[in-house]
Order: sequence, then C-alpha cells, then structure tokens
Amino acid sequence: MNIPYVLAVLIAGMLFGAGLTLSTMVQPEAVLQFLNFNDFGLLLVLGCATGLTMLVYQLAPKAMRRPLLALSFSGRPKQRLQQTVVGAVLFGIGWGISGVCPAPAVAGLGTGNWPLIWTLMAMFAGTYVQGRWFAR
Amino acid sequence: MDIITSLFPNGMWHYAMGGLLIGAGVSLLYLTTGLQGGASSFFSSTLSFFSRLPYFQSTSQLSSRGWRLIYALGMVLGAALIWQMAGLDIPTTELPAWQLMIGGFIAGFGARLGNGCTSGHGICGIASFDLSSVLAVVVFLSVAILTAQLMTEVLL
Repeated sequence: MNIPYVLAVLIAGMLFGAGLTLSTMVQPEAVLQFLNFNDFGLLLVLGCATGLTMLVYQLAPKAMRRPLLALSFSGRPKQRLQQTVVGAVLFGIGWGISGVCPAPAVAGLGTGNWPLIWTLMAMFAGTYVQGRWFAR
Repeated sequence: MDIITSLFPNGMWHYAMGGLLIGAGVSLLYLTTGLQGGASSFFSSTLSFFSRLPYFQSTSQLSSRGWRLIYALGMVLGAALIWQMAGLDIPTTELPAWQLMIGGFIAGFGARLGNGCTSGHGICGIASFDLSSVLAVVVFLSVAILTAQLMTEVLL
C-alpha cells in the first residue's frame, strides 16, 4: 500500500464514521428507537447511503477501466445461502438486543461513547468463536 | 406534515446527510481501490494479528487486514472530527453493559457466519444487486425489529 492508497482508505473511513455520527447511528438508543418504530430515520440513512453507493457501483465499472489506485473492481464474495440466512438471523438478534452493528461499534469510540467498548470486545469474541469452532 | 413529524420526530436532514456521507465513504473506497467496504470483516481480519488459527490466517484475511484496519481508524477519526467540529450532542449510552455485550457477541458471531452486516450486505450488497444480500437484509432487519420490540416488552 502506497501513501495515496492509504490516504484514500483513511478518508473513506472518515466519511463513513462522520456519516454514522451525524445520523446518530453511533447511539444505540437511536437505533433502538427505529427498531421500535418510534423514528424511521434509519431507513433514510440506509436509503441515502445505499442509493449513492448503487449509482457508483453500477456506473463506475462502465465509466472507468479500473479504479484510480488499483487494478480491478472487486465483486461480491461467494455466499452460501443457508449460512447467510442463519447468520442474518443471529445478526438480527444481536443487533436488536444492543442496537449496535459493527461499524458504529468502531466509530462510536471517536465520539467518546466509551461503553461501546463492551460491544466492540464482545464482537471480537463472537467473531473468534465463529472462526474457531463454526467456520466451514 | 403531521405524518412526517410522526415518522421522523427528530427531523430528517441529519439522517439523509449522514446517509450520504456514509455512501460517499463507501463510494470513494470503491472508486479509488475497487474494494467493497463492509465493516464486519474488520473483526476477523484484525484477529489474524493475534490468532494462529488457519481460519484467521487465510489469504483473504491477511491480504485485507491492513486496509480494513486503516478504514476502521478512519471511522474513529471521522466520527471524532465531526463530533468536535459540528459540536454534536452525543449522549453516552445508558444501556447496561450486559446488553451491549450479549448483543455484540451474537451480532459479531452472526455477521461473520452470514458474511456481512448492515454495511456489507445492506449498503454494498444491495448496491451490487446481490440477491443473497437483499435476502440477508430482509431477514436481519425483521429479526432485529422483532427482537428489539420483544426486549422493550420484557424490560419495561
């Protein structure tokens, strides 16, 4: 990784983290408000983020031969349907309990929301247990 | 107007702007590096620094752990910057630690088993018209809604 590449990844992450903060998704309470149907803002967040990304993902590979700093655009990883569904069910249970998904668990630390460290450490633990005993 | 304020009691623009910023980040990553920027793989690729298990030492973990770590650092930095510069009020969460930990553990496990989270399946997957990601989003959103509402019933 050269310096422009590192900077591009860093700035991309910064935009992501700033967006999560501005949209209050780094607050578990805000996410739980959505999941309890008290505030539908999260749909706006997801819709705007996905809409913009969709334009870029669909148009960029047609408009440019390759990414600015790499050789090719990467596609989707191979999925196994059953694993994807079981994983999504578990992910939904965990997300519904804490109101924290992986990106806010990381980004939230930047806003001094320290209790999110509990979630962050637990996510590492869950990831380890999955990889240690349940990986295909 | 009343419908809008009842659906969005805290306003709309910060949600829309926040979503666009997130999309701009994921888009910039793709335009420059060609990478799809989901968040949850950060956890498994970072474990490759600490665990010798073959699963965590796979080529895909080793080759992605560098950029995923930088991406995560960027998230923390970007969150800190906008929080300070815009003077946003982000109250510290009052959820009990057990709730944050149990939820985090199950979500971490599930995201890796199912190969993605809200950003990986939700943003990158849907934007790629990946049908299994669309299915994953429908499933985890429904389950999360059920779980959160059940939690509210039980805890109150």
